[in-house]
Amino acid sequence: MASKQYDAGVKEYRDMYWTPDYVPLDTDLLACFKCTGQPGVPNEEVAAAVAAESSTGTWSTVWSELLTDLEYYKGRAYRIEDVPGDPESFYAFIAYPIDLFEEGSIVNVLTSLVGNVFGFKALRHLRLEDIRFPIAYIKTCGGPPAGIQLERDRLAKYGRPMLGATIKPKLGLSAKNYGRAVYECLRGGLDMTKDDENVNSQPFMRWRDRFEFVGEAIQKAEQETGERKGHYLNVTASTPEEMYKRAEFAKEVGSPIMMHDFLTGGFTANTGLANWCRENGMLLHIHRAMHAVIDRHPKHGIHFRVLAKCLRLSGGDHLHTGTVVGKLEGDRASTLGFVDQLRESFVPEDRSRGVFFDQDWGSLPGVFAVASGGIHVWHMPALVTIFGDDSMLQFGGGTQGHPWGNAAGAAANRVALEASVKARNEGREIEKEARDILTEAAKNSPELAIAMETWKEIKFEFDTVDKLDVSR
Amino acid sequence: MNNQQGDFQTAQTLETFGFLPKLTQDEVYDQITYLVSQGLTPAIEHEHPSGSANHYWTMWKLPMFGEQNPNRVMEELDNCHRNYPDHHVRLIGYDNYSQSQGVCFVVYEARA
Repeated sequence: MASKQYDAGVKEYRDMYWTPDYVPLDTDLLACFKCTGQPGVPNEEVAAAVAAESSTGTWSTVWSELLTDLEYYKGRAYRIEDVPGDPESFYAFIAYPIDLFEEGSIVNVLTSLVGNVFGFKALRHLRLEDIRFPIAYIKTCGGPPAGIQLERDRLAKYGRPMLGATIKPKLGLSAKNYGRAVYECLRGGLDMTKDDENVNSQPFMRWRDRFEFVGEAIQKAEQETGERKGHYLNVTASTPEEMYKRAEFAKEVGSPIMMHDFLTGGFTANTGLANWCRENGMLLHIHRAMHAVIDRHPKHGIHFRVLAKCLRLSGGDHLHTGTVVGKLEGDRASTLGFVDQLRESFVPEDRSRGVFFDQDWGSLPGVFAVASGGIHVWHMPALVTIFGDDSMLQFGGGTQGHPWGNAAGAAANRVALEASVKARNEGREIEKEARDILTEAAKNSPELAIAMETWKEIKFEFDTVDKLDVSR
Repeated sequence: MNNQQGDFQTAQTLETFGFLPKLTQDEVYDQITYLVSQGLTPAIEHEHPSGSANHYWTMWKLPMFGEQNPNRVMEELDNCHRNYPDHHVRLIGYDNYSQSQGVCFVVYEARA
């Protein structure tokens, strides 16, 4: 060590950060980036630059480097691979020593991995495809306030997906009228309803008034149906102080659950709120506004599977994942890949689902996958097949657009859901037999019959923009 | 008739399958077959309707660990129902991996 000498100037990144012989440690945090370099820059140099700029390196050698053991702290590019079907890009695999990151801080991990490096001039595009969090790091994170198992026990809902709806119109209702819409949905058979993400505390409906009326709606629906109900009261706010004030009141009005927007609100707010929810016995629903800005471009940004992993560590009991079949973007295999990351305790590498690493989640609780956006009763058998029981299926327009109103719309969805689950358990192929199963169920439910008539022609068949990388 | 159709009346329901017509014996048998095929442990609970909102209902004997025969589960459901005709009776499938219940629905509703 003492024999090293200070040699001022600019070195090639690959001299220090390209280490193809390196065998990653179990404690390393591993990342896979899709890199598109500027013409003429060798792939190894690009990969090494990414490793350097996202860890210990800077563009010039500095004397103070010699005061520490950079071999211990540096990130290492240890493998590069071709991207199937894309000759101009390649995957760079980088290993980071665990001590580069503060314990339990997703904020710190992201600030390093997707910080300055994304604006680096030697790159045309850069996309963070996946992160392998070492189990040692996972053990420092709080994770979901309750998790799937505890949420099911608190709400006494088993053996089926849960059913919800976002209250519409999403903006402009008064607090009392809004509570009415909630009550109608819940009494009709939904388990929960949701504030739209845009609903915070606007002049037409201040948060406190909304919480009070919604609280009454929940209590009344529970008394009348005998089932447990909830509404995701959105506590996303302009400051943490305001957010906690709203969280306290959400608990006070008797909702079992509240809601936060983790990307616009930020990971600091989200992790704090998740901890608060854990300490106060509240469930936390997570919306993902802004995600498509970050994750939709196939060559630049952060894949949603990374954001989903980060959320499971930061904390949330539900996370929106897209629907595959509805109005919003989402490739089926890729969606299943990150749904696994939310719910399973171990997810093996599977390139056909865009999973680049084995991921051991240890004892971290699971997160319900939320399917929401442009779905209706006809989609029910497909949704049950794709998402399975540990999911929250949310029909906004598909509940409240029912010709007889919210309660009948809710009942139609509940009948369709239960008929699908029952048929699945009987061993039927419910996606293929969707029409038969729903038609049969509608014989005993005029609400479902009308719903099927209302939405029979609505489809959202556009090709996905962000596809998995495969040779074509 | 149209007016009646538009009038949705709130129903007291008992969670999963509460919105379907009462399952026939054959349909209950199929659900037990599913439960067993998933590696779940069948169990039976009963409760008077006045207490049905509680998390805990009374257990009917112990969970049927290792039971593979749906007919045996059907018999015990029937036994429980005959002993407590004024109670709801539900079938549970315990999942010892997730420590949750993969199946839970009311097979017999209390006689009014």
